[in-house]
Amino acid sequence: MFSKGTKRKFSDGDEEISDESLVGARVASSYSLQRQSLLDMSLIKLQLCHMLVEPNLCRSVLIANTVRQIQEEMTHDGSWHMVAEAFCSAGQSPSERLVATEVLCRSREQDAEPKLFSVISYEGCREEEVVADETLCSVSVSDTVSNVCLAGRIGQCWEKSELSGVERDEEALEDSRLGSGEDEEIDTKDRASTESPKTIGQVFGTFEIKNGSPGPDSALEELFSDVDTSYYDLDTMLTGMQSAPKMGPYDILDSLAPSHSSPSIVSTPNCRSDLNELDHIMEIIVGS
Amino acid sequence: MCAADSNSLELCYNGLSLSFRMADIISTVEFNYSGELLATGDKGGRVVIFQREQESKNRLLSRGEYNVYSTFQSHEPEFDYLKSLEIEEKINKIRWLPQQNAAHFLLSANDKTIKLWKISERDKRAEGYNLKDEDGRLRDPFRITTLRVPVLMPMDLMVEASPRRIFANAHTYHINSISVNSDYETYISADDLRINLWHLEITDRSFNIVDIKPANMEELTEVITAAECHPHQCNVFVYSSSKGTIRLCDMRAAALCDRHSKFFEEPEDPSSRSFFSEIISSISDVKFSHSGRYMMTRDYLSVKVWDLNMENRPVETYQVHEYLRSKLCSLYENDCIFDKFECCWNGSDSAIMTGSYNNFFRMFDRNTRRDITLEASRENSKPRAMLKPRKVCTGGKRKKDEISVDSLDFNKKILHTAWHPKENVIAVAATNNLYIFQDKIN
Repeated sequence: MFSKGTKRKFSDGDEEISDESLVGARVASSYSLQRQSLLDMSLIKLQLCHMLVEPNLCRSVLIANTVRQIQEEMTHDGSWHMVAEAFCSAGQSPSERLVATEVLCRSREQDAEPKLFSVISYEGCREEEVVADETLCSVSVSDTVSNVCLAGRIGQCWEKSELSGVERDEEALEDSRLGSGEDEEIDTKDRASTESPKTIGQVFGTFEIKNGSPGPDSALEELFSDVDTSYYDLDTMLTGMQSAPKMGPYDILDSLAPSHSSPSIVSTPNCRSDLNELDHIMEIIVGS
Repeated sequence: MCAADSNSLELCYNGLSLSFRMADIISTVEFNYSGELLATGDKGGRVVIFQREQESKNRLLSRGEYNVYSTFQSHEPEFDYLKSLEIEEKINKIRWLPQQNAAHFLLSANDKTIKLWKISERDKRAEGYNLKDEDGRLRDPFRITTLRVPVLMPMDLMVEASPRRIFANAHTYHINSISVNSDYETYISADDLRINLWHLEITDRSFNIVDIKPANMEELTEVITAAECHPHQCNVFVYSSSKGTIRLCDMRAAALCDRHSKFFEEPEDPSSRSFFSEIISSISDVKFSHSGRYMMTRDYLSVKVWDLNMENRPVETYQVHEYLRSKLCSLYENDCIFDKFECCWNGSDSAIMTGSYNNFFRMFDRNTRRDITLEASRENSKPRAMLKPRKVCTGGKRKKDEISVDSLDFNKKILHTAWHPKENVIAVAATNNLYIFQDKIN
């Protein structure tokens, strides 16, 4: 069942279609409301799968595909733009705005206001510059990686499965798991690889590092890449639940230090560090 | 099984022992090759095997009943320390090996590990050892004055299950299928992204024959949902996907069967497209017919029979519960849309069976095109009584004995069913309860 707050009514959207007949407008807005509900529901489901011990990969993939579908259609309608704008309303702190838009950003909306910041880039986008302004905003992502942000979000979901499915030869990463949520280890692949900072694509990519050449501003990218509390915010909005502690930029610096030896307490923001999970893990380790 | 009249597919109970309340939720059901044994696996990692009684001439009217033959713990819960994740002990699949000697062998798989179990009977024991007493204590060698030959004495039947092979550490993702090859030497195991080929004698390595994992996991949009070996051609197997496609692969073509030999997909009906189209097209089970000429796939709302020689569409489509199409949003909300129903053929491939909600299961006669809906529940069935066909009312006026769509209990789902390979005996798993139905005698 939905939690409260799932229905985000965009009255702006209704006004924009004032020139349609009343019935048509109602149908359209009802459909878009339903579609929005479906999107919210799907995102919640993807969220929840972060908390499961071993998320069902098939289910996650199907939900993610549904989200993509909705997103594509909404972009087509132009209603995605409105949703993005709604998120960018005043009153949100810079990091929140960053976070919120990050979920909704569309690579195609290059001319849209504001420039949407993407924390996700594939290896093909390494060349993109990350421009840091005071709002921690703005990178334009090339067209070739459409659905980048949302896909990246989705990538987190079965990143868990991927994490749970780390190949045997990744044992070097093992110590990194200590003290962290069981499915927060996106960053741990850093430690497995070479000393050079990794691109975002690799950070969010698979555990099996295929190629290791970092991009020009990858360190900076990586700094911002972890500042993704989008799910926290989305979740907070949608469910009213208390979000897990967000990582500020300085926390990232700690986690960036590659260390095979020291266990790093990484709570990757993308994968919500559920405090209960952390407690559970600690209990197991401590043996209480 | 199918009578000539309109009320075909009559089934009846045969005796009180045909429903078993199990300790845990049943997660798989499988008859062996002769149908003499029926294995069930449950969420607690246990396997319970039922054996059919020999028909006795004295009780002409009674067919062989199934009784518990052996129970053992196949898998235990594990904790993966590397990933800090629990590995469930739930048995996902059981597959029997054909019987080659007095013992029975089966493969049972949980999410990560497959085990080969030997089930053997012991009904004799040796008595009269020289070096030890009857209770096992060693005899004082100085007291032994004569030699004797131990003799075999009958004892109460004991059925022992012992793990003979453990095939572990080959699957990163959750195993959804295992299938024994027709060469009876190899078998395949499939998880969400890979399929491995094993030799039954070799546990420390397996061959990866299908790998659909993308280099970048963010690009993942499709997973493997089921796989099966061809019943006669040991080089052929199929696997189904979450996008409603089936790929048939030939192991002779290449070591890595990433390129399919045949690709089965039904074109989508554009008029029925919705946000749920992909989810409901995801195939939850694929089964070859016994003849090897056809295969059957189960997606959320229907069962499709495919001719292996025709890739562009199925030859038969059966609607299991079309009345749910208008409820897809609710079913998505409560996650029921992700339920994985299985399907099975009867021995002669003339009928197919699959489960539904409210403890209903459906059988389709391929020849007469008749279908029937039956319910597996204690309240509605008496021993030796015929099962009454059920009907779901979709429209306005609900007739007597019909049940409306909104009254269906979606927690009572029949995901696992099995059909005896030779006779009209079926096993239906309804959550914790196992039902075994047999055809009318006459």
